[in-house]
Amino acid sequence: MSAVDIHSTHGVGHDAHLDHDHEHEHHDNFITKYIFSTDHKMIAKQYLISGIFWAIIGIGLSSIFRLQLGFQDIKLTWLKPILGEWILDSGKIDPNFYLALVTMHGTIMVFFVLTAGLSGTFSNFLIPLQIGARDMASGFMNMLSYWFFFVASVIMFVSLFLETGPASGGWVIYPPLSALPQAMPGSGMGMNLWLISMALFIVSQLLGGINYITTVINLRTRGMSFSRLPLTIWAFFLTAIIGLLSFPVLMSAALLLIFDRWFGTSFYLSEIYIGGEALPNVGGSPILFQHLFWFLGHPEVYIVLLPALGITSEIIATNARKPIFGYRAMIGSMMAITVLSFVVWAHHMFVSGLNPFLGSIFMFLTLIIAVPSAVKAFNYITTLWKGNIVFTPAMLFSIGLVSFFISGGLTGIALGNSAIDIQLHDTYFVVAHFHLVMGAASAFGLLAGVYHWFPKFFGRMLDEKLGYIHFWFTFVGIYLVFFPMHYIGIAGFPRRYYSFTGFQVFNKYMDLNHFISAAAILTGIAQFIFLFNFFYSMFKGRRAPQNPWRSNTLEWTAPIHPGHGNWVGEIPSVYRWPYDYSKPGASEDFIPQNVPLSATPESNLPHEQGLIGDEIEDMETGVVFDKKEEINAPTVKDHKLPKGSAGADQNIRNIGGDPEKL
Amino acid sequence: MMNILLGIGAILIGVILFMIFRVGTLISVVRGSHHKRAGTSNKVNAALLLVFLVLGTIGAVWSSYSAADDFLPAPVSVHGEQIDTLFWVTMGILCAVFFATHVLLFYFPFKYQFKEGNRAAFYPDNNKLEVIWTIVPAIVLTLLVLSGWKVWRDITADAPQEAEVIEIVGQQFNWWVRYPGKVDKELGAYNFRMIDASNAVGIDLSDEKSFDDFMGPSGELRVPVGKPVLLKIRARDVLHSVYMPHFRLKMDAVPGMPTRFWFTPTKTTAQMRQETNNPDFNYELACTEVCGRGHFSMRLIVVVEEQADYVKWYNTQKPWLASTREDNLQKVPANLREKALQIIGAGDNPSAAVTPVQEPTTEAPVNPAVVKTSTSAQ
Ligand code: HEM
Ligand SMILES: [Cu+2]
Ligand SMILES: [Cu+2]
Repeated sequence: MSAVDIHSTHGVGHDAHLDHDHEHEHHDNFITKYIFSTDHKMIAKQYLISGIFWAIIGIGLSSIFRLQLGFQDIKLTWLKPILGEWILDSGKIDPNFYLALVTMHGTIMVFFVLTAGLSGTFSNFLIPLQIGARDMASGFMNMLSYWFFFVASVIMFVSLFLETGPASGGWVIYPPLSALPQAMPGSGMGMNLWLISMALFIVSQLLGGINYITTVINLRTRGMSFSRLPLTIWAFFLTAIIGLLSFPVLMSAALLLIFDRWFGTSFYLSEIYIGGEALPNVGGSPILFQHLFWFLGHPEVYIVLLPALGITSEIIATNARKPIFGYRAMIGSMMAITVLSFVVWAHHMFVSGLNPFLGSIFMFLTLIIAVPSAVKAFNYITTLWKGNIVFTPAMLFSIGLVSFFISGGLTGIALGNSAIDIQLHDTYFVVAHFHLVMGAASAFGLLAGVYHWFPKFFGRMLDEKLGYIHFWFTFVGIYLVFFPMHYIGIAGFPRRYYSFTGFQVFNKYMDLNHFISAAAILTGIAQFIFLFNFFYSMFKGRRAPQNPWRSNTLEWTAPIHPGHGNWVGEIPSVYRWPYDYSKPGASEDFIPQNVPLSATPESNLPHEQGLIGDEIEDMETGVVFDKKEEINAPTVKDHKLPKGSAGADQNIRNIGGDPEKL
Repeated sequence: MMNILLGIGAILIGVILFMIFRVGTLISVVRGSHHKRAGTSNKVNAALLLVFLVLGTIGAVWSSYSAADDFLPAPVSVHGEQIDTLFWVTMGILCAVFFATHVLLFYFPFKYQFKEGNRAAFYPDNNKLEVIWTIVPAIVLTLLVLSGWKVWRDITADAPQEAEVIEIVGQQFNWWVRYPGKVDKELGAYNFRMIDASNAVGIDLSDEKSFDDFMGPSGELRVPVGKPVLLKIRARDVLHSVYMPHFRLKMDAVPGMPTRFWFTPTKTTAQMRQETNNPDFNYELACTEVCGRGHFSMRLIVVVEEQADYVKWYNTQKPWLASTREDNLQKVPANLREKALQIIGAGDNPSAAVTPVQEPTTEAPVNPAVVKTSTSAQ
């Protein structure tokens, strides 16, 4: 139904419309073009800008708490104009506010930056462009998805300014701390807003996820079989499936917590004496919440990581000028990760009072998930082997991602061993682990993606030199922050501590904490290089050529400034997988997916040569397509897709007909 | 004034950087260097990756070497030593993989950097390789899991019967320690509804087993060396977590769901003071589950004593009921009051009414029910 929008802008009464550049859309006003847009590209940009906004806030918050951790005696009185009462008269930050800072930093980075900002941006932008669709299956739902996210963002943002502070019980918001307003100020209004915001956020994720899945399944262009999908799309597809299955569980966890908070139920509460009185609740279990939370929580970390890995696969293959090594193994390992990510959640709960037998089971399952992760890392490295590597900033960020993925993944193996985890759980070792493997790796995926697809986003190039400087500052900086953090973790320092001086056993490594804080703040500041580059190049950057990275995927066949509908006229058909780089015999070192096998007899592999017979040429349009595909592809005559939906529209175009004439 | 100057300075630097950036861009446009597929920057970046590899390796080795003194505090529990072995073996393997993969990851880009006229190998897959690097990690991981599993099973097995049972209760923001009294050597029941200012852990006075229980001195957890100690862990308000870094011990304290962890200390505080040459040395217990404002200050000193000293100390402790007699005695059900008074009296004069506890071996085994309840606490 929603796709009617697309139809109305492109089909009805605008025959000529398809033939001229969509940039000259005349009937889009400011509101429909920039605000309530149903164009996947605009929605992607909205997500990207929102993500950048949140990243600035999230990094800002972490800078403040790193000041506290690194420089115990520092006077932060100068922050008083912004933070008011949260700065104590002594010039230190209030311990409650410290907890609020780490909580909001975690929430913002995990959900608002690396989930919405990464998946939201690139799934939206790339799925239609790379599979050859005019838009998402439902542009309207897609728009709703963004606006639910926007409202969630506003609410979360407002909570930062509450007098009692935002939610403060850690990003995992374990009850009873998060359930009882009397336990800490952040568990009052701040927690209410957190829960409402997250509920809306989940709705947004589900709307987006359903759309991604439907679009990938239904709207692939002719010839784009699943075995020819770029790995980006595979990653987004599997990510969306994970999200669709796991976010509802977080929703239920949040709902039950809302019930406990507002309506006096006892899902998570039992035998509690607080604030001088015994609460009436009995029979609930805080552990139940942890199970529900981590049933989302662990898949969530892959929701954050998989898109980044997909982006990396694409960028590494393109810039190594080599096929990604083990395309099928890459897909297989992502599928394995998808399935396994649902059965390892309790490794976050080894010492929560979980039955030790369950602990054993989850230890086994957890270490199994390390295998497909290892396979991916090896495949990346082998892709570099014997390449002809061009170091674009995107390529550097992708190599950096692989490095972080390895470093952080390896420490996961130590943590996944429940016996070792007894000591390491809730120490800085865990903080180092997940910042590398999830935080830094996914952030690098996001940045790599921006550097790589900026030309497609804005029709202009980012400045390369600034990109290099940005990369090296950030890459080195992140290692300077998180590598020594392992040491602090091995020494046993607990996370979420306001100060360590109260304990003999933790009263050391002062210099190391100085160092980490300084490195963190400098790395944060280095991000301004990127911000400048981003906004400057958006308006003043060098104009992008059609296919700046000499890439194979379909998005580079669309106009430099694609309009709503992406391609003018025909959607290109696809005849080959996306990784025909440096194919022996070919004149160029890349063969885009829309080049028919019949056009490249010199480079076809023996089995491909045999497939040429299956390609037939449409007499009317000159478009060559694959017979088998034609048999499988739904056509308008099937009437499976409502006329006017993006899919139907597209099928009509694929066979070269005019939607109006049929 | 200073701020304004700094501000102006920052703006100036920004402007200068911007100019440099503009000039750089213009020059590259004039030279047409952006038409080349890969120029000097490509070589520089390739070289930098190698430099990063070398400096990074040096930095990683040097920094971990110089930080190593403060790694894992000396283990002082039986299972702690096993965990440490496991940890270092695992870390050894992980570090080897880390360096091997990173050498390749940074050397390949350098070696195979873009050269005009070169062509990448068209090498899309190799099933044999895939199988190898699926199976080898799988085997290594299996070995790690199996060795970890064995240790984990031992650690989480039921506590031995002769274990010293001690209850530890977390609240915002401190810990309470309760010992079973010497009359029955069993912890009495508790009930969170009985918590009040004098009864911090909700000792249930309708259970006669609780009459002789006593509360540990504030700020301190006292345990004997060389003997299994079973901690029964609870929380009063929100989640807390008992963490004793030297003992490799960690277990959440959950309101409404008692948990437990048992361990055998291997070194007394006095021994450690000697070994570390630090007369002020103390073992500590910290909270590792965020619990609010004072989370970072939930500290308890853990005192490990020779068994004889421990028993001597233990025997001189007065029942909690005795020290708060006025308030709490009337909460004891009437039919048990006499018994309570008798036990309190015994507390006053240890040598009189009850035989004091002797060395563990001569002691009748602890009622298995105690151990059992803690087991079923899952
Ligand atoms: C190689 C496979 C991996 C293994 C075996 C593994 C294992 C673990 C374990 C056991 C923990 C719990 C540690 C504790 O709290 O004591 C943990 C924490 C975590 N892991 Fe991993 N991990 C792996 C990969 C990843 C990946 C790929 C990501 C993200 C993309 C990730 C993100 C996280 C996060 C966010 C946490 C901490 C959550 C928190 O407590 O706040 N891990 N990991
Ligand atoms: Cu996990
Ligand atoms: Cu705590």
